[in-house]
Amino acid sequence: MTDSNKVLEIIKQISEQIQMEKDFLTELDNVIGDGDHGINMARGFKEVEKKLADFSGKDIGSILKAVGMTLVSTVGGASGPLYGTAFMKAGAAVGAKNEMDGGDFLNAMDAAIEGIKMRGKAHEGEKTMLDALIPAYNAIKKTYEENNDFKAAISQGVEAAEKGVEYTKTIIATKGRASYLGERSIGHQDPGATSSCLMLKVIQRSL
Amino acid sequence: MVGIVIVSHSEKLAQGVAELAGMMASEAPVVAAGGLDDGTLGTSFEKITKAVDSVYSDDGVLILMDMGSAVMTAEMVLESMPDRKIKMVDCPLVEGAVVAAIGSSSNQNMEEIIEAAQESASEKKL
Ligand SMILES: Nc1ncnc2c1ncn2[C@@H]1O[C@H](COP(=O)(O)OP(=O)(O)O)[C@@H](O)[C@H]1O
Ligand SMILES: [Mg+2]
Repeated sequence: MTDSNKVLEIIKQISEQIQMEKDFLTELDNVIGDGDHGINMARGFKEVEKKLADFSGKDIGSILKAVGMTLVSTVGGASGPLYGTAFMKAGAAVGAKNEMDGGDFLNAMDAAIEGIKMRGKAHEGEKTMLDALIPAYNAIKKTYEENNDFKAAISQGVEAAEKGVEYTKTIIATKGRASYLGERSIGHQDPGATSSCLMLKVIQRSL
Repeated sequence: MVGIVIVSHSEKLAQGVAELAGMMASEAPVVAAGGLDDGTLGTSFEKITKAVDSVYSDDGVLILMDMGSAVMTAEMVLESMPDRKIKMVDCPLVEGAVVAAIGSSSNQNMEEIIEAAQESASEKKL
């Protein structure tokens, strides 16, 4: 499916996409949070981008762990420890490989989701990034196990993540800052679910 | 004496809490780790790490934090120092910090301070 260099390229593209959608993500967070999600993510991934050159030649596990550490140190908001833990756990799951296939991706994504659940003490249905990631993971796994075609699988994953983002509009936030708004959080999509969906879209496009 | 680190999204809030705690117990090693390096709102892994280092001794360090990412980032700092005696305390930030500073300056150990700080959660103001 992909090798270390491709992983570096995808991370760079994720960063570029986040810089592009910085204002949109911030705007979403303005409505149900403190209006910094885009700023946080853009700051973190800018730092990641600066370090990409140092990562070249490293195995995929080390790259993902380093991305996670950088995010933890630089994002500043809740998404820092959350995405940071996700990338670090994903890196640990992949290990010292220079190539990964669909199965490795699924293992990594599963570890990332478990990491977010652990760090955020959250589960599905609480209006967080998990509401994009968990349905996406399930769809990718199902399709990949059926026909061993990762491209088809990630497309299903993106579709499920988009539905997940839509779903976040219909529910009350019970984790994170938005939970202080209670019912007033209904009707608005979750910024973290939106940024998760964005990352999956970049992966889909790059393959 | 047990070191105390105050973590908040806001640099000013963390400094203010540390100041208040210090007023009650000036000898206690209380240090603030609020905001990002550039002073904007957020929590910084590095700032918290440095703060822990600055008050660390064999007596240990207690971290008191406000909410959300402050809790999660403090947790990650803790995980990055598995061999050290550090604990997070689940207590109201202001009351807990004052109680903890007094405990530390009177040479209570970590467990005694944690218990006292947690108790401050059930004290009614009215
Ligand atoms: N406890 C949690 N568990 C899972 N996801 C969370 C949690 N808290 C916040 N989030 C996610 O983080 C996003 C907000 O990120 P961000 O704005 O960068 O941080 P902050 O809330 O500290 O300002 C939310 O939209 C949500 O998806
Ligand atoms: Mg925010």
